[in-house]
Amino acid sequence: MQRIIKGLSISYFVQVSLFKEKKYLIMGMFVLVGLLFIARLFYIQVVDNSYKLDADNQAFRKKTEFPARGYIYDRNNKLLVYNEAAYDVMVLPKEISKTDFDTAGFCELMGITKEVFLKKMKKAIQAPNSPRKESVFEKQLSPKDYASIQEHLYRYKGFTVVSRTLRKYPNKTAAHMLGYIGEADKAMTEKDPYYNEGDYIGISGIEKTYENVLRGKKGMRIMMVDVHNREKGSYLNGLYDTMAVPGKTLTSTLDLELQMYGELLMQNKSGSAVAIDPRTGEILALVTSPGYDPNLLVGRERTKNYAALSLDTLADPLYNRATMASYPPGSTFKLVMALIGQQMGLLGAETRYPCAHGYPLLGGRPACHPHASPLALEAAIGASCNSYFSFVFKSVIEDKKFSDLYQAYANWRDIVMSFNIGQRTGSDLANELKGNVPSIKYYNKIFGKSWKASNVISLGIGQAELLVTPLQNANIVAIIANKGWYYTPHIVKAVGGNAADTLLDRFRVKHYTMVKDTAFYRVVIRGMTDAVESGTAHSLQINGIDYCAKTGTAENPHGKSHSVFVAFAPRENPRIAIAVLVENAGAGSKVAGPVATLMMEKYLSGKISRTDLEKRIIEENLIAGSH
Amino acid sequence: MREKSDKSIFYNIDWITVLMYVVLVLMGWANIYAAVYNEEHYIITDISQKYGKQMIWIGTAFLLALIVLIIDENFYTAFAYVIYGLFMLLIIAVPFLGREVKGSRSWFRFGDFGLQPAEFMKFATNLAIAKFLSNQNIKIADYRNTIITLLMLFVPMVIIMKLQNETGLAIVFVAFIFTLYREGLSVNYLLLGFLAAILFILALLVNNIFLFAIIGILCSLSLLFIKRSRTNLFVVALIGIVACGMVKGTSTVYEHLEPHQKIRIDVLLGRGTVDLKKEGYNVNQAKIAIGSGGFLGKGYLQGTQTKYDFVPEQDTDFIFCTVGEEWGFLGSSLVIILQLTLIIRIVFMAERQRSPFSRIYGYGVASVLFFHLTVNIGMTIGLAPVIGIPLPFFSYGGSSLWSFTLLLFIFIKLDSHRLQILR
Repeated sequence: MQRIIKGLSISYFVQVSLFKEKKYLIMGMFVLVGLLFIARLFYIQVVDNSYKLDADNQAFRKKTEFPARGYIYDRNNKLLVYNEAAYDVMVLPKEISKTDFDTAGFCELMGITKEVFLKKMKKAIQAPNSPRKESVFEKQLSPKDYASIQEHLYRYKGFTVVSRTLRKYPNKTAAHMLGYIGEADKAMTEKDPYYNEGDYIGISGIEKTYENVLRGKKGMRIMMVDVHNREKGSYLNGLYDTMAVPGKTLTSTLDLELQMYGELLMQNKSGSAVAIDPRTGEILALVTSPGYDPNLLVGRERTKNYAALSLDTLADPLYNRATMASYPPGSTFKLVMALIGQQMGLLGAETRYPCAHGYPLLGGRPACHPHASPLALEAAIGASCNSYFSFVFKSVIEDKKFSDLYQAYANWRDIVMSFNIGQRTGSDLANELKGNVPSIKYYNKIFGKSWKASNVISLGIGQAELLVTPLQNANIVAIIANKGWYYTPHIVKAVGGNAADTLLDRFRVKHYTMVKDTAFYRVVIRGMTDAVESGTAHSLQINGIDYCAKTGTAENPHGKSHSVFVAFAPRENPRIAIAVLVENAGAGSKVAGPVATLMMEKYLSGKISRTDLEKRIIEENLIAGSH
Repeated sequence: MREKSDKSIFYNIDWITVLMYVVLVLMGWANIYAAVYNEEHYIITDISQKYGKQMIWIGTAFLLALIVLIIDENFYTAFAYVIYGLFMLLIIAVPFLGREVKGSRSWFRFGDFGLQPAEFMKFATNLAIAKFLSNQNIKIADYRNTIITLLMLFVPMVIIMKLQNETGLAIVFVAFIFTLYREGLSVNYLLLGFLAAILFILALLVNNIFLFAIIGILCSLSLLFIKRSRTNLFVVALIGIVACGMVKGTSTVYEHLEPHQKIRIDVLLGRGTVDLKKEGYNVNQAKIAIGSGGFLGKGYLQGTQTKYDFVPEQDTDFIFCTVGEEWGFLGSSLVIILQLTLIIRIVFMAERQRSPFSRIYGYGVASVLFFHLTVNIGMTIGLAPVIGIPLPFFSYGGSSLWSFTLLLFIFIKLDSHRLQILR
């Protein structure tokens, strides 16, 4: 039995080894345990990093400090957009104790039912959220609501509050131009790692274009918390903290008064009015109607309101008609035709073309209204003769200086496009359509390779496939007012109070059209003066202000023609160029003309002399009538 | 040779040991300060705080050490049984006279301060065992003496466990197995104990029926290597049956344990699902605190896990977490090395004694310190079950500091007279 026990034990080895003496065996054991502990410590302290992460997760609370977004002012430093504090209640589900979380108390504090609580918790746990990820539990509490829960929230471990800022619009104006803010989604966070899901980000308008300066820079504070989730001060006295940098203010080129006046005139009408200071390219007003109160797209009701606005397909208030709608320019394009004809040496002030209630070469199509015939150039502009400009167009694309019609057409198209037509203006408005100047390729496709002037003659009077946005139209007027050049239209004139900010460099580059001789412009301007003094805009004279204008009636295949009116004022040293389009309102002088002239009068003299006209236009309701 | 010396009481003192003791005590104090650091009471001597109180405990412990050195060395041999009996009476009396603290009835309270007589049972038992085994007529190999020795250990152990409900303080008496081994207890007892421990663990981790099969196979296999005589067959069968009985017994005992005890075992063995917010909390938090210390630690007073109360009982049983977090791998290794150096130094000192009493006592000191070190640090790094026993010289508390001081300094005193006659 002794042998067996010996055999089963290791005492045999003990006896032959160094541990023959018991004291060495005992000491050896002590040392062994010590080494085991040190090895274990090496593993958990040096090799395995997970404990470090766990420690940071439970003792550090990384608090994102959201900077205040930059304010936006109009050109006269009147406030367009400011911020209001709001508070998001955040939840980190894994922090919530399964055993002693006072659900009833929490629900009462938040003013929600248990069902709502459970629903929100489920949302916070499920993808794309997770129990280990902080997500928004309750969005955008008002300062008042926040004050009432603030003192008690510490008792509910797992819940914290982050302060945010919400946009406020004191004048409820220029919604489309300013744009709105949304929450960054997954795609956005992948594109730009600055954003976390749920961060606010400019979605449209200048909120989008100037997002990088308006947003400022997020800060991060690392707070230490104790086991009861109470804050115990900042980690290493804030060594690793970063301060939030507030967003820069923007000074808009907009004239708040003019903008609001424009919106008033355009109420209950579909259309737009764009006013530019031709000397600088600064956009003074960008009215699109119907509009909406920008405050609707802020705060907890945003989603609901947005849905309601986008469901209104008839008025379509979210649609920015000033930059996102393009229309045939109609008669205003005759101004450009007059310039091109002169530029190519095919047209002089004394050139006359006949009119037979229309273009005689094609049997009276395009048609024209009754007037004296034949007319010289200025008078033809004043009378807006369709036949005249059809002749001009024919002469331009059949120009013998070019080997064939295609060459001539290409030349025409180049000159047209130098007026910033058929391409985005490059403004700082977030969304813009290009418009359209049809290409040779396009016509080849439609007519085969043998099309002639007669196929595309209505381009000469701004119809057919020609499309411009109201913003482009206003820019064309500004070019004429400047006699051949323009600055890219823009809506921001200073960033953080600095007008020389490099962001704005591109708006200080003078662009010239391919028609450079100012004499050609003078002829056109005289024609536009005629239009006001004796032509189509005769009824819209403004006391004390000489201006130049051109009416237009854009044919609308879907219904009543659009009323178009472009003008600039004063005639000498113009300070405002304006393009107004009112959908389905008929002749240019009927609705668009009054809107444009009233806005110019308001801008230049600060008051309105034609109050009857003003009253009629404000009361004019073209939306109710159209359906 | 016996000189009633007029030499200084510090004559022949082992200063290395004293120095290590002082270093450990002061390091402990510094870590208690860090663990319960309170910005409003940042002065380490502020006695409204635990670090201030610990300062008083340290001061009195030094005084106690001095008294131990002043008292004649023969006092400890002469009164060994008396001291043992006296403290035995105290631990029996405490549950009836003392006050209940957190479910344990082991405290005498004096205002803000408390004493746990059970702590002192360690040095008293050590004295008694040394006295008993140093008797020249006693051979521990004699089973009757083994039983008497074991009874001297089991009686206080049972009293502390059952009457005072202090498992941690009771279980320490297991440490004396080292002393007994050194004094002639067969190594087979140690090995049997070790095998039994493995069986206990396997019994809880592996399906019992599976274990029975393994034991059967092992027994059958062993027959291939030994002479197949009738006695051998009988012995192997007996071993197999005892082993199976232990497995079954362990499972049965486990099933009848208190829930909180079951959970402690579950946590250690990783059985079932351990909720890190509840039963697994202590160990998990201790590991996080230590693990997050990294190589160099976070720096003194910079430990977030310990300073902000994530680790429970961080000033007493879990004081090592503060070391691990703030001093990192370097600091915690240093503490282990220091403690072990002290223990091994004591073993060396014990071996150089002429007197068996001093040697046996010395081994007892080393054993108790080693057991505390192993279980205390083992539980903070997840290698031992959570048993509430203090880290020697480090943990906050007067009783444990006093008790360790007495334990150690009696030996230092005995050692300083090692050249004198056999006792």
